[in-house]
Amino acid sequence: MKVDTVIVGAGPGGLAAARAAKRVGKRVLVIDDNWGPGGQIWRGRAGPMVEGVEFQFGRQLAKLDVDCSQLILACGARELFLPFPGWTMPHVLGAGGLQALVKTGLHIKGKRVVVVGSGPLPLAVAANLKKAGATVVLVAEQASWESLMRFGLGLWRWPARIVQAFELASWNYRAGVWPVEAIAGAVKMSDGNTWNCDYLACGFGLVPNVELALLAGCRLRDGFVAVDQYQKTSVDGIYAIGELTGIGGVEKAEAEGEAAGSGQRLQGNHASFVRSLRESFALRPELKDVVRADTMICRCEDVRFGALQGFANRREAKLQTRCGMGPCQARVCGPAVEFLLGWEADRVRPPVLPVRVKELIDRE
Amino acid sequence: MPFVKLNGVQVELDEPMSVAAALMNLGLTARKSVSGEMRGPLCAIGICFECRVKVDGVLHVRGCQVMVREGMEVWTDEG
Repeated sequence: MKVDTVIVGAGPGGLAAARAAKRVGKRVLVIDDNWGPGGQIWRGRAGPMVEGVEFQFGRQLAKLDVDCSQLILACGARELFLPFPGWTMPHVLGAGGLQALVKTGLHIKGKRVVVVGSGPLPLAVAANLKKAGATVVLVAEQASWESLMRFGLGLWRWPARIVQAFELASWNYRAGVWPVEAIAGAVKMSDGNTWNCDYLACGFGLVPNVELALLAGCRLRDGFVAVDQYQKTSVDGIYAIGELTGIGGVEKAEAEGEAAGSGQRLQGNHASFVRSLRESFALRPELKDVVRADTMICRCEDVRFGALQGFANRREAKLQTRCGMGPCQARVCGPAVEFLLGWEADRVRPPVLPVRVKELIDRE
Repeated sequence: MPFVKLNGVQVELDEPMSVAAALMNLGLTARKSVSGEMRGPLCAIGICFECRVKVDGVLHVRGCQVMVREGMEVWTDEG
């Protein structure tokens, strides 16, 4: 197969890149491991397909034989999960995770939900869950009111949907509060209150899915893929857009997709919004203090915090305790130990996600 | 609407849904961790692997990534 541009990820950024690349006459292939276009943010809604562009969905690609002159990485982000006592109980989920489940059939009507975390995502999730019939008993933001107020001064920069979420805030919204322990059917908060809930939705931020970029040898800067004004990475022919280059939401992803697809310079100033988000919702150090020696860190291999003491880095801990060696390949515990212990990511090796041996054989 | 077998019990579902959502709606937990904790979905986007179950004889299928199909047979670690 021969195309001009391969785009990995069919979220808002990838779709914008596909539209732009098509417009300037390129042959385009978009691949995504989800069932359809839209990425995580537009999940479940029929995303806008792009006429004349080939899409491949829902495949675990072990090997893809395509000739192309441009590879655009639009792999998006996943949620940052922070461990605290009880966070592995079945009623504790990611905020985006709970929302995704509701969109794929989870009955939420009449269920009591506590949403905790930081930034715009918990608010958007709370609004959506409420609309779906959930009783949102509490929304807790870990950042202080002062920090929120400072951020509020730049509210005009927020996507309209998030601003609406703020205005809809008729629920119990608290700032400077975070979970200290999940217990059966409830959560204990840092202000001493305990809230009963059917689900505890946690959204402490987003982590860019940089695995493919790392595998390709792209240079990172502060955990994100380093790019120039044309979205070019340090590797010839490889571009990165959207959350990979800095957490900034849909508008930034679309602008960067347009730039990468069309070959034009990036339009608009997105860096200040990215910085403002990062600074306003910086995670407070007290979030580390809730973790106890028996708190689970690696959910795949059941490695508790106490077992990680005495190691110098992730590699050492991994070799001795199996922390990060399970099926998720440290996608959950990696960012957690980076936050808790300052351990940076180990190198990435293929396959980036577990694949069946059959997949490897069939594609040989 | 689909008839499925969850842990050997025939169930009729009222709407299309993912395997992970179907299990949660019925109060079932997907898997048992290596030290015996009961676990359910965390990320629901196919990354955390906490919702894995046996689907039609295939082990370690992520329930959040698969929609329920007529006649499907799902086993959790409790089943």
